[in-house]
Amino acid sequence: MAIKTEPFVLNIGPVHPSTHGVFRMRATLDGEVIIDMEPIFGYLHRGIEKLAEERTYTGVIPLTDRLDYIASMSNNLTYVLAVEKLVGIPVPERAEYLRVIMAELQRIAAYLIAVGAFLNECGAFFTPFLYMFREREKIIDLFEMVSGQRLLYNYMRVGGVSQDIPEEFLPALDKFVREMPGFIDEYDRLLAENEILLARAKGVGILTKEMAVNCSVSGPVLRASGVKWDIRKADPYSIYDRFEFEIPTGEVGDCYDRYRVRIEEMRQSLHIIEQAMEQIPSGAVKSEVPHLIRPPAGEAYTHIETPKGELGFYLVSDNSIAPYRCHIRAPSLMNLTALREMVIGWKIQDAIIIFGSIDITVGEVDR
Amino acid sequence: MFTVIIIAFVLTLVMGYIWIERRGMARMQARLGPNRAGPFGLLQPVADAIKVLIKEDLIPANADKIVHWLAPVVAFVPVLMIFAVVPFRDGALLADLNIGILYVVAISSVSTVGVFMAGWGSNSKYSLLGAMRNVAAVVSYEIPLMLSVISVVLIAGSLSMNQIVMAQTIPFILLQPLGFLLFFIAGCAEINRSPFDLMEADSELVAGFHTEYSGMKFALFYLVEYAEALAISAIITTLFLGGWRGPVLAPWLWFVLKVIIVFFVMVWTRTTLPRVRIDQLMALAWKFLFPLALINLIITGIQVLAWPEALPWVMILVNIAIMVILVLLWSRFFKLGWGRVEV
Repeated sequence: MAIKTEPFVLNIGPVHPSTHGVFRMRATLDGEVIIDMEPIFGYLHRGIEKLAEERTYTGVIPLTDRLDYIASMSNNLTYVLAVEKLVGIPVPERAEYLRVIMAELQRIAAYLIAVGAFLNECGAFFTPFLYMFREREKIIDLFEMVSGQRLLYNYMRVGGVSQDIPEEFLPALDKFVREMPGFIDEYDRLLAENEILLARAKGVGILTKEMAVNCSVSGPVLRASGVKWDIRKADPYSIYDRFEFEIPTGEVGDCYDRYRVRIEEMRQSLHIIEQAMEQIPSGAVKSEVPHLIRPPAGEAYTHIETPKGELGFYLVSDNSIAPYRCHIRAPSLMNLTALREMVIGWKIQDAIIIFGSIDITVGEVDR
Repeated sequence: MFTVIIIAFVLTLVMGYIWIERRGMARMQARLGPNRAGPFGLLQPVADAIKVLIKEDLIPANADKIVHWLAPVVAFVPVLMIFAVVPFRDGALLADLNIGILYVVAISSVSTVGVFMAGWGSNSKYSLLGAMRNVAAVVSYEIPLMLSVISVVLIAGSLSMNQIVMAQTIPFILLQPLGFLLFFIAGCAEINRSPFDLMEADSELVAGFHTEYSGMKFALFYLVEYAEALAISAIITTLFLGGWRGPVLAPWLWFVLKVIIVFFVMVWTRTTLPRVRIDQLMALAWKFLFPLALINLIITGIQVLAWPEALPWVMILVNIAIMVILVLLWSRFFKLGWGRVEV
């Protein structure tokens, strides 16, 4: 005689220590096992796309900072590339190299947070998180030297970057690039063969290759599922075709693979920064652009590889000083569409880990 | 009179524990930890206690008031009662029961009832989930705990805590390394410490069974957690590390030192290891610790009966070898928990 049981509905979020922002998951549980899950977002909607229609083209740049507030440089870069494509402005060489250096440093910083937060949700009580923040502080110090800001940089401009780097930047960057591989090895030593982490993350939340491609997933999540797709190699933007780097992929697509892909990509980013530091020329950092940019009527779509995935900006211009329409293809939102598939059949603790391994930022999801 | 001294001693040590945990864990995480309240932050627990005392006492709307109010009390009192049988010196315990260790194991299970009352009386799904996990885990880990205790009792020849300490001319950790390991792991699981702290997992259930508590009742639960840690450390010291025995210093100083060292190892594991999942927790108890505890008991029984007069160092080497072989062999064939459930 079976015991009569009833599934019950549990709200995880919106105010929760682990949901990377204000995000709500409405889970139907049978005991501890999740049998249905509904993600509900929109708690952080700020109307960025509408606000962009009322600012000048340069005035939209600080708005783009606040999309994925953990990786501001990448958002700035996408937008600025979209405007340059719309208008047809050339960018000086030194500015291109500076952009690449900033974007790759930002990638490392964002991955540090992603891996740290993932391990925090696994239960390693803040220790890996704080170790990674120690490194992130060094990156933020570099960014503060350049732009004066610690989190929302507003550094890229249409036609280049806003100001040149000070003299102490390159020596400090050199020191960072030489020390960082040692720190990444330290994290690997502590975490990669940790029994408990392997038991919690291996085989958990598997996203198959077909499902990943069908759901338009991008970024480290896609690469962990075995698809070797990186926009820096597949559709190179800026000067990425001048650098040599590899694209790490996973095999299975579980949480452990996503963790490993991020750690390996950090190493590849350091490699890119080394090459950029060797090749950087001197010169201007911004081409001559009028204060109020009036692009010819038309539209442009640019996409780049941010730490979260493929961020795309679609700009429509009607020859005025503000964009007519600015639509943002947010990678976190697209990656979230695969969440329900990944979570069903696992327990609540696994759901939190799986959600953390996708690594979303709610600022992007809701805009 | 002696009761008052013991209670004061316990509560002071608990405050010291809170300090050790916060400073120790902070230093291991590359940060400073509390260093403002008093020298080296030593008065931080006092500051915490005062802060918590002046907070408003909230009771959720449809909560069962009596159960909600009684839960912290039912959780805290048994933990204090454990210290009645812990020896601080030869013959210096509050009650020299000749069933000492049995009393300890029995009483420590009562505080689980308090935890479950907290989960039920809060009228919140998160709390209920946390409380249920807690009850399941504690009940499962009682058994390896008891079995490793019985092995020690076999060697010592008596259930009385005083007699167990007196029988430790060599600390039993050397004669029972496997028993020590099992007791340590089962003890950490009983008191909800990492890596088994999913009962109050901050990142999942907000705060588990004490989500809806504030003010003095929350302080009592917080105290319960550390007092239980002190209780388990005290029992480990008494059973395995030789209690108050030691060459030069005063007995009570040795006791405090050993207890602090055991707790430091607990803080160390908490800082380093991630958390296990609930089904992995249960699998660890039933498939790993329980068979090993049984085997340990059988082997100890054979040793006590067959070689009662054996040389100590021979026994030490044999036991350490047995532990290494068993743990390695068992972990090879052991699968942690089950995976995805087909829905």
